[in-house]
Amino acid sequence: MGEVFAVYRRLAGAKLRGDLQYRASFVMFFAGQFLITFLDFVAIAVVFGRVTTLGGWSLYQVAFLYGASGVAFGLSDMFVSQVEYVPQRIRLGTFDSLLIRPVSSLLQVVAEDFAPRRMGKVLQAAIILGVAVAKLHLAWTVGRVAMTVCMVLSGTLIFSAIWIAGGAACFWLLEGQEVMNSVTYGGNFMTQYPIHIYGAWLRRLLAFVTGTAFVAYFPALYILDKPDPLGLPSFMPFLSPAVAVVACVLAGAFWRVAIRHYRSTGS
Amino acid sequence: MISNGDAVIEVRRLEKTFTVMQKTGRLRRTRQQVQAVAGVDFTVEAGEMVGYIGPNGAGKSTTIKMLTGILVPSGGTIRVVGLEPSRRRVELARRIGVVFGQRTQLWWDLPLRDSFELLRHVYRVAPDRHAQNLAAFIELLDMGPFLDTPVRQLSLGQRMRGDLTAALLHDPEIVYLDEPTIGLDVVSKAQVREFLANVNRERGTTVLLTTHDLADIERLCRRVMIIDHGRVIYDGELETIKQRFGTERTLVVDLEEPGPPIEVEGAEVVKVEGPRQWLRFKRTDVTAADLVARVAAHAHLVDLSVEEPDIEGVVRRIYVEGLDP
Repeated sequence: MGEVFAVYRRLAGAKLRGDLQYRASFVMFFAGQFLITFLDFVAIAVVFGRVTTLGGWSLYQVAFLYGASGVAFGLSDMFVSQVEYVPQRIRLGTFDSLLIRPVSSLLQVVAEDFAPRRMGKVLQAAIILGVAVAKLHLAWTVGRVAMTVCMVLSGTLIFSAIWIAGGAACFWLLEGQEVMNSVTYGGNFMTQYPIHIYGAWLRRLLAFVTGTAFVAYFPALYILDKPDPLGLPSFMPFLSPAVAVVACVLAGAFWRVAIRHYRSTGS
Repeated sequence: MISNGDAVIEVRRLEKTFTVMQKTGRLRRTRQQVQAVAGVDFTVEAGEMVGYIGPNGAGKSTTIKMLTGILVPSGGTIRVVGLEPSRRRVELARRIGVVFGQRTQLWWDLPLRDSFELLRHVYRVAPDRHAQNLAAFIELLDMGPFLDTPVRQLSLGQRMRGDLTAALLHDPEIVYLDEPTIGLDVVSKAQVREFLANVNRERGTTVLLTTHDLADIERLCRRVMIIDHGRVIYDGELETIKQRFGTERTLVVDLEEPGPPIEVEGAEVVKVEGPRQWLRFKRTDVTAADLVARVAAHAHLVDLSVEEPDIEGVVRRIYVEGLDP
């Protein structure tokens, strides 16, 4: 495990050094993303200009949800979303060179395209989360602190699993990147609102199929001490880590199946 | 421990079929099976240097990709140093080296030196062993002047030298080279060949290489396998093939002005295009120098070149004339 991490650190470091040769582009991407993600939140604020609560949640409660899911998504975006470049690698034939090395192909893909310039998103979401926490005046019990940490970690893993599964699907659908983005970026968007405002089928999809309701919504119910309007069992918030682990195991297995279906390119 | 003469690659009835979707109408598509490799058998012994040649699309690269474990075979078996490549790919990767001539495995934006250092960690090579190998390769391939240049700024020849080093730094037992001389100039080609001969001789590395350049094979390999349409049509000494099929060369001459086909002893004009004429001759009948002298006696030469037989030509002749004596 330590050796795997060491290789990851080397490869990601190499990418960072390569990126820094194009400093202006790096800075502009970072700043651009930071600003653009704020527009997401402006949309929520506009809604609250008309109503005082959304599905029984106040602005700062929704902001908490937005911030938590944003940090989780941002981290997965920074560390794992690089799998979306798999179709390009396959088409250019550069995927082959990953498969001739004695290191997991998935590790190489995420390390070699490590994207610290995507930090902008994490930073923006963290600021919103911080403001929400300050305004909500929560009583910080050990349970709440633990649940918050757990929420961010599990959320990051759940989004990462979705990225990986999407990347694996691209071995069959070389033009799958757009479909994949609708699931990942779309999934992130859906987690920014309390899921009980959605219709029943969409709620079930988020809770039981994509698992994204476990990213922030269920843990937030516990942290914000909200009753579950859907009447689901009260242990739901505690399931997030389990959902995250299962999602990652499934995504990893899917990736391995996909690699065996890899067809490479001519010549 | 593997010693010379042991079988390191064993391939039996190897097949690979690709399913291709073909557009047959506005929206309709039909599946089509394309067999890239159709039942290939061969064994390579430790320390051998084998040329794997054939026309474009013959199945060379597909075979190499199955040998490395990148592609999963549709049928047959492969054992490389006793391992099944597609199931033990990551484990096998430590013991083999691969060069794809058409693309690089080096880090594009980093100095060449950094790529070697990264590979040391990826392959977990002991620092002193790495330093020793790297020093040897830098000297053999004369890489000193461009070690600190970003890979994207290297010439094709320099990059290929980097890629060869990258494939060999971890002391692989076998190295696969897919078109290692493609696009290189004459000097770089010669350097690559010298290097490979040296690695094979000094380190006992088994080498399997595909190429379009018969001169690569001539310089490096005693044994050659010719593949076409997914099947091995010849596996044996290069010398045999050369004597039977590789003897014909072509002298291309540019005359001062268009004229009738030149008639000289030992050669035959096969094509005329304005002032340019193609003369086919056998190296066993006449040397190129003699032939040039004979042609010059007939007409004023402006320019000339000698074309060596290519793989396509040899394969064509094998089909036309057959392999049986």
